[in-house]
Amino acid sequence: MNWPLKKKTNGDGTSNGHIIEMLGITKVYNTGKIKVEALKGIELVVDKGEFVAVVGPSGSGKSTLLNLIGCLDTPTGGSYMIGGEAVAGLDRDALADVRNRRVGFVFQNFNLLPQLTALENVELPMLFGGVGRRERRRRAVEHLERVRLGDRVEHRPTELSGGQMQRVAIARALAMEPDIVLADEPTGNLDTGSGSDVMSLLSELWGQGRTLVVVTHDQTLAKRAGRIVEIRDGLVVTDRRAVA
Amino acid sequence: MTSFGSFLRQLGRDLWSQKLRTFLTAFGIIWGTVAVSLLLAFGNGLHRHMIKTTAGLGDRIVIAWTMRTSMIFEGLGKGRRMRMTEEDIEYLKAQVPLIAGISGEYSENLIARFGDRQRSVEVSGVSPAYGPMRNMVPAVGGRFIDQLDVGQRRRVVFVGNELAEDLFGTLDAVGETVMIHGSPFLVVGVLQPKEQDSSYSGRDHSKMIIPESTFRALTGQKYVNNFIYKAPTPDLNKALNEQVRVALSSRLRFHPDDDQAIQVWDTSEMFVFMDAFMLGFTVFLGIMGVLTLVVGGIGVSNIMNVVVEERTREIGIKIALGARGRAILGQFMLETMILTAVGGGVGLAISFAICSIFPTNLEEYVGLPNLSPGLALLTASVLGLVGLVAGYFPARDAARLDPVVAMKL
Repeated sequence: MNWPLKKKTNGDGTSNGHIIEMLGITKVYNTGKIKVEALKGIELVVDKGEFVAVVGPSGSGKSTLLNLIGCLDTPTGGSYMIGGEAVAGLDRDALADVRNRRVGFVFQNFNLLPQLTALENVELPMLFGGVGRRERRRRAVEHLERVRLGDRVEHRPTELSGGQMQRVAIARALAMEPDIVLADEPTGNLDTGSGSDVMSLLSELWGQGRTLVVVTHDQTLAKRAGRIVEIRDGLVVTDRRAVA
Repeated sequence: MTSFGSFLRQLGRDLWSQKLRTFLTAFGIIWGTVAVSLLLAFGNGLHRHMIKTTAGLGDRIVIAWTMRTSMIFEGLGKGRRMRMTEEDIEYLKAQVPLIAGISGEYSENLIARFGDRQRSVEVSGVSPAYGPMRNMVPAVGGRFIDQLDVGQRRRVVFVGNELAEDLFGTLDAVGETVMIHGSPFLVVGVLQPKEQDSSYSGRDHSKMIIPESTFRALTGQKYVNNFIYKAPTPDLNKALNEQVRVALSSRLRFHPDDDQAIQVWDTSEMFVFMDAFMLGFTVFLGIMGVLTLVVGGIGVSNIMNVVVEERTREIGIKIALGARGRAILGQFMLETMILTAVGGGVGLAISFAICSIFPTNLEEYVGLPNLSPGLALLTASVLGLVGLVAGYFPARDAARLDPVVAMKL
């Protein structure tokens, strides 16, 4: 298999340091006769190493935005570059490769495969990415140890607590060493204790130089981010950088 | 593909985690395979049995005998008894080039005696060509009447297998001397057992065959009871029958259009009928079989559809993690193919088992089921095709799922 996308990337992913570059992004859902304009022209640039929290009321379009950033969906209009790569016009397979190589997802409901062990769940993206068996195993174990689950490698999701499951999900998101980690309400299904564990982990990742975009209602989580982007009715209304 | 091993492992686990579903799917395929392969095997067995028993009388031969004329001809009245001698047989052989083999047959009930056993036996005097034409194959260690026997008027006899058992018991008949009509005859061959479902003067297994020259000398009989002949290929039999009648009409002097003087039983017509019948039968069985498999395929397709629905979320997650459509498609196709292959294999094994334990004493009625490798291969490939088609559509649906929607389910 060849991976044409990887060819254009250099050391820091892009020439200008922008991991995400969105210009005039619109998204219209066409459900029969009714057209719903979820995003009306998003301008968003995220640089390497940023920790961005996307906040806003329900139905404001934050999840849609996250799906677009993660290439789970394609915008109706506007231009989107991820790691210097234009997403428009990519076919399904190419989008799948972008998701596999550049993006790591963390979901509110974890989305682990119940029949697989923690280790196999972390291996999954590497399986799709064509990483060899031994390398896959080595890296999966390494990532699980990094999220302090080195002793839960052979456990199934049903044998883990919510916080542990989310940490497995984070290890999985990091498995392919993506340009960016995307999290959709990562603490939404967790109790306060587990939630703060996950928050610390995310902050830790930021500290290691990773780029994070987190959609959240959770004010405590948002405050940990270096930058808060507020979305309302499909538009960016405020974009504040915390004073370090 | 480097990940093929783990791919298979995951597949095995998926299938194992849904034992009932897997079992039901495989069962449908097994059932279909058993039904199809047994249908075909029994049909094939029956066909072979019918050919065998029909061929027991002879291999597409014509059996002919003389009767009375039914038309006046050149000043001769009708109702004259027609008779044929060995010279007439020789005449036909020389005059009709289409004849591939011909033999007169003289027969009479004679007393055969061996030791203290004495039987009344239908004895026929024939030419060497008679044996192959009537499918009289000598058992190992024996031979049929040959040209030398006829030329030298030897007292040799070829004995039907059941009669041989009756007269000689466990003794090897070949080499023994048996008294026929008061004269000693040397047994030169015993009939290899064969199936025979039609005859004109008793079953071959209870007959004795001696050279026609010897027969005439022994009994004083001058005229043939009947004669048999065949064309090089069965489709020429009709033309040959006509030629034989015309040739005989000039020699025996009866009207060329008189169809009563010579009676003809063309056994190739039985084969024509049988082939037509079996073709219809096989087509019928084939359609039944294909329908069975199609129904099985619909079942598999349905189950795979349910599987896709059940696993929509899982597929969504995999797509979100960067699985290409091909990987999803491949998984489902492979799953179906494995189920089909395993089901088909088990089904074929069961069919083979049933065929091999089929009671042989039923052979006389329906023949032995014959599951040929070709049939098995055909069944397997039809199954593979069914599996492919049955797996493709659910798999395509799965690969096209929108991950955002799929994961929310």
